Amino acid sequence: MNTVLILFYIFGFLAVLSAAFMVYTRNVLYAAFGLLATLLSVAAIFVLLFADFVALTQLMVYVGGVLVLILFGIMLSNRVANRAIQSESVNFWSGNLIAGMFLVGLVYLILTAGIVPAASEPATISNNVPAKSSITAIGIYLITNFALPFEVTSFILLVALMGAAYISTPEKND
Amino acid sequence: MIDIPLTHLLILGAILFCLGMLAVITKRHAIVVLMGIELVFNAANINLIAFNRYQPNLMAGQIFALFVMVIAAAETAVALALVLKVYQYFKTVNLDQIRQPSRD
Repeated sequence: MNTVLILFYIFGFLAVLSAAFMVYTRNVLYAAFGLLATLLSVAAIFVLLFADFVALTQLMVYVGGVLVLILFGIMLSNRVANRAIQSESVNFWSGNLIAGMFLVGLVYLILTAGIVPAASEPATISNNVPAKSSITAIGIYLITNFALPFEVTSFILLVALMGAAYISTPEKND
Repeated sequence: MIDIPLTHLLILGAILFCLGMLAVITKRHAIVVLMGIELVFNAANINLIAFNRYQPNLMAGQIFALFVMVIAAAETAVALALVLKVYQYFKTVNLDQIRQPSRD
């Protein structure tokens, strides 16, 4: 057991715990904060996997953007001011059963997939790990190999911006 | 150097995926369903980053994860705008109560 492994188990446990809290709590605001803890733990796991730029993006886009947007959505879509916002759940037992069976099937598939353990090829992995940061490699790939997806993504962002602004403007009665 | 075993990362991704799916199945508040979808996106991202550890000089996994995040952000913006519009029209965000009044 080295430090990376221990940290991975701590953050993985935190992520699963707060995700379960998010699913099983009835208060919508508590669910949002559970999602916040999950996103932070997943960002920490990204750091442990040498994906520092993706972890930073996760912090900025998800925690800074998406979650604040979700909190605004919760606050804007409620009439009652001084009562906790509840979210009722339907199909509780059958939903749990389906998700549990799906999880068992996935875990069985992963365990029997015959994945080559990392210990069998440590040299190639540890030699190719970028020493400083992955930002340089990601930047170079984004303007060479992945230039077309990059441009398409910017177009999608523009369309989503215009669409969200158009949908949320109140209609003019003229 | 001991790495994190790939199997454990995949199982973590599977657990988060199933919890997100559970939120989508059982919850009836539209925003909580959106949160479940975000959880599913994160599970997919964990798998992408984990496999990227096995081809570190290719970087395709990390770049794919970045694209997934961008699409998720765009999706959330549009979906929340739609939820607000639905709330203005139906005065509720409960997915089971959103229906047109019967024309009789």
